[in-house]
Amino acid sequence: MDFKGKDIISIKDFSKIEIDDILIYAEKMLPYAKGEKYKDILSGKVLSSLFFEPSTRTRLSFESAMNRLGGRVIGFADPSGTSQKKGESLADTIRMADSFSDAIVVRHPQEGAARLAAEFANGPVLNAGDGAGQHPTQCLLDLFTIKTEKKKIEKNNIILLGDLKYGRTVHSLAYALSIYGVELTFVSPTSLKMPKEVINECMELGVEPTQTSSLEKAIKDADVLYATRIQKERFPDAEEYNKVVGSYRINNELLKNAKENLIVMHPLPRVSEIDSEVDSTPHAVYFKQAFNGVPIRMALLSLVLGEKKI
Amino acid sequence: MKKQLKVPGFKKKDLKIPRIKDGTVIDHITPGYAVKVLHILGIPRSNSSSVVSVAMNVNSKMGKKDIVKVENRELKSNEVDKISLICPKATINIIRDYDVVKKFKVKLPDEIIGIVSCSNPTCVSNAKEPVKTRFKVINKDPLRIKCYYCEREPEDIADRII
Ligand SMILES: [Zn+2]
Repeated sequence: MDFKGKDIISIKDFSKIEIDDILIYAEKMLPYAKGEKYKDILSGKVLSSLFFEPSTRTRLSFESAMNRLGGRVIGFADPSGTSQKKGESLADTIRMADSFSDAIVVRHPQEGAARLAAEFANGPVLNAGDGAGQHPTQCLLDLFTIKTEKKKIEKNNIILLGDLKYGRTVHSLAYALSIYGVELTFVSPTSLKMPKEVINECMELGVEPTQTSSLEKAIKDADVLYATRIQKERFPDAEEYNKVVGSYRINNELLKNAKENLIVMHPLPRVSEIDSEVDSTPHAVYFKQAFNGVPIRMALLSLVLGEKKI
Repeated sequence: MKKQLKVPGFKKKDLKIPRIKDGTVIDHITPGYAVKVLHILGIPRSNSSSVVSVAMNVNSKMGKKDIVKVENRELKSNEVDKISLICPKATINIIRDYDVVKKFKVKLPDEIIGIVSCSNPTCVSNAKEPVKTRFKVINKDPLRIKCYYCEREPEDIADRII
């Protein structure tokens, strides 16, 4: 599969074979991501890292990925002081960055910003999140985490928990998991249920998701529990919010009923969805999941820059 | 014998619509949409001297309709197809020397560029960027379009004409 020059905008732009290729290559990156091995396959390459809104985890893992392969990074971590603040269009900023570097990572508060950026750049553009839109590298690192922890993605019983209505990244994940043929259970408060279009997409791929609001029942058969953040602003008042968040808190009490090898995932940052007492249990993989952003992004950067040399 | 095509909108009872010698008649426009149709088609062009006549709420066998006549200009299929967004039943009549020489229905293109604005206020296509709005037609009947940028589907398409 030739990824040279390819933009990474939405997970839906990729076939299962292509996703498999990326995941296999990311696995080879693991010792390099941990710093156990070093090969400067991206030496001489420059990455523009343009964060029009802050996202520390994503930005640092992209920068680590580029540095671990011997490449260099230019850019900004938030837009204050940039020419965009002075009214420059995204298109112009992209044209400039494109001429200064070999690839561009862009994070932007507006949906579709990465797709637009790709139109104005000759080099590859990697979407690091566009508002409530797509976040394909997150989706890939989630798949990678399930694959490395569970040895395979197929046939796992996976719970997606939390705000399933507004969380677009969880929509992409539901779609991507359906490509692999898993058992999906959606657990959310009634007001934050998975939209019908997403459920239809899963069904078209042959997956019939179960929907429930009871986490206690769902957890017994689960292999993977993927929790997402429930945002306060989605609720009319604090009382309602506290009630919902309280009913979905993941703690050791809840996990007593779970399979021994259940893994708990979360894209982070967490607020109160997962109790810190879970951190020291073998269920907790969310920090590993965050680390997995590095090998996935190493794989993507070397692939789109046409340097598949590991 | 050459089939005589009937030129719409000039039977005796609606003589108020002038006959045209050469040009295009857009017929069966959804009533009330004639002005929107002109707007979408960019008619009249700023430097053009062609006469354009508009008739609204004209009675016909199929109920009320609007009609637009553009003199001395033959509109091509790919120019007019975009009006199918709001007038799926519109027909185009090309007139030469008072005769209809060609008649065709508008058909929906696969992509709608620069005609409809995205319903998502935080879509990048609604920001001040040098791009036209762009939608993929994902279903023709009922009409469903999806924003190329933010991947959302606006529902109130007729009200979103730019
Ligand atoms: Zn849009």
